Amino acid sequence: MNPLETLRVAWRALGRNKLRSFLTALGIVIGVGAVIAMVAIGDGAKARVEQSFAAMGSNMLIVMPGSTSSGGVQGGFGSMPTLTWDDLRAIQTEVPSVRYAAPALRTTTSVVAEDQNWTTSVNGTSPAYFAIRSWSAARGAIFNASDVDSGTKVVVLGQTVADKLFGPGAEAVGTTVRIKGVPFEVVGVLAAKGQSPMGQDYDDAVFVPYTTFQSKLQGGLKNVIAGVLFIGATDADATSVAERQITALLRDRHHLASGADDDFSIRNLTEMASATQEGTKTLTTLLAAIAAVSLLVGGIGIMNIMLVSVTERTREIGVRMAVGARPRDILLQFLVEALALSVAGGAIGVALGVSGAAWLARTMGWPMLVRPDVIAIAVVFSGLVGVGFGLYPAQKASRLDPIQALRFE
Amino acid sequence: MPALIEIDRVVKTYTMGDVSVEALRGVSLAIDDGEFVAIMGASGSGKSTLMNVLGCLDRPTSGSYQLGGEEVSRLSAERLASTRNRVIGFVFQSFNLLARTSALENVELPLLYAGVHARERHARAMEALRRVGLGDRADHHPNQMSGGQQQRVAIARALVNAPRLLLADEPTGNLDSRTSEDVMRIFQELGRTGITVVLVTHEPDIAEYAARVITMRDGLILSDERRTPRAARAAGLEARS
Repeated sequence: MNPLETLRVAWRALGRNKLRSFLTALGIVIGVGAVIAMVAIGDGAKARVEQSFAAMGSNMLIVMPGSTSSGGVQGGFGSMPTLTWDDLRAIQTEVPSVRYAAPALRTTTSVVAEDQNWTTSVNGTSPAYFAIRSWSAARGAIFNASDVDSGTKVVVLGQTVADKLFGPGAEAVGTTVRIKGVPFEVVGVLAAKGQSPMGQDYDDAVFVPYTTFQSKLQGGLKNVIAGVLFIGATDADATSVAERQITALLRDRHHLASGADDDFSIRNLTEMASATQEGTKTLTTLLAAIAAVSLLVGGIGIMNIMLVSVTERTREIGVRMAVGARPRDILLQFLVEALALSVAGGAIGVALGVSGAAWLARTMGWPMLVRPDVIAIAVVFSGLVGVGFGLYPAQKASRLDPIQALRFE
Repeated sequence: MPALIEIDRVVKTYTMGDVSVEALRGVSLAIDDGEFVAIMGASGSGKSTLMNVLGCLDRPTSGSYQLGGEEVSRLSAERLASTRNRVIGFVFQSFNLLARTSALENVELPLLYAGVHARERHARAMEALRRVGLGDRADHHPNQMSGGQQQRVAIARALVNAPRLLLADEPTGNLDSRTSEDVMRIFQELGRTGITVVLVTHEPDIAEYAARVITMRDGLILSDERRTPRAARAAGLEARS
């Protein structure tokens, strides 16, 4: 019997039990659909994490003061300002793996424009900060080193702040805003960057030179830095080297005995990013594994129904054998039936999985990521499931004794 | 010319657990081309086993079986299947048509396994249906037909491959006497066209249609006699179908 006829006979046999065939294929539909949707979800989550880490800055370390312990009670970050401006200069000049170092002094206060005001995070920093975070101005420019040296009253607004104070799309550069009663000239508006991995809005902030911040917005404390240091390493691999070198330098400068705790702490964001990426990769693998189990269950469903079908159709098998069907004709017929069930289920599963992933991506605001290789693997795998789980019932059918099959009631 | 069927000292033993049953105990028999033979006997006499061996559905435990000059007693399952397909047509007591399948497709079944193309298959199956007087019922399903019509579809299926041997196992067992006569008339007509017909029955009045009656008992041939067959009514089949 030629393959086309075999396919036609198999298709008709499946058509006789439409509901049963549909339910059997449903196991594979769900399995394949789940594999595709789950991998797409995992990849989408990973891409989103990568995006937000990229917006946070690359090759970045944050050095925070404090973290002192007294009598076993651990103080929080910044509980005691221990970093000095000399420390910052020493890091800049003495650590070779450091490319940029910038202070970040921070306060929360309201920024007042002509007829609007907005409470936001006001940061005092240097131009290096923007280089570390790879942030740039969408309009106007970021203040420069001479602005820092002379302490000019200039401000760079985040996109959200500009929108709140002047309305979306309005020109903010060149206007004057007041912070704690001090007038600042708006020299630039940053490009929108979205949210941090922790859900904080990067665009809801304004930036002034740290010298101006110190003299106009924050009183006292001239020698120590009442904030944190942002460090840009020369490249991604250098971040851990920089972390070690800065630790050694600061311990030396702060005269800490070898057993004493650090009076500062360093966060390595590159490591955090790769740890999070590892986490999402594990998540993807886990989701795919669970989905693969459901595909396996679908295969067992096919095997179960094929076994029932062989028993039900024992007489038919006997008749076919009597009129000249060879064992391999019977084997092929049942195998093709199982394969048709699983491949049809697989095809529907691909359609459902892709649309499910697209729907999820839209609702969750993730990038839509359906990998063609995952689709191919899912379809091939569903075919293998069909052959794998269809083989035993088909063999059982082909090995029937025609006389006993004909007598079967 | 050698006989179509030639079996020599055929033994068939069934083993069920510890018990061995000798269904055939050394049967020798020759049947020529074009003969119309009835095999009779009580149940357990071995007539069905002999039928299965003659039909290549089963292999003898020992002894030889030459079908059309070819030794078939030791063929593989694959080769036996193709021998059945080419040389033998079967008619069963319970018709054994495929349910929810049209008469035409039932008749096409042997041609499907012979690898005949769709168009020729349809033409030959239609021709076989016309021969049994069911040319107008090709698209009917078995459950839309009477027992007699179903058995005629089964005969058409047995004929469609132009076999040399037609084996019928109690073909009238599920039919009333008038329908039985119609079926027997078809067998007689086929016999006149040169097909060898071997039918197994336990009804003496059905065996009367045959020109040769072989009676079996306890796995052996008890008697083998030739006689003048009873002629079936010549009443038109088409009118009653």
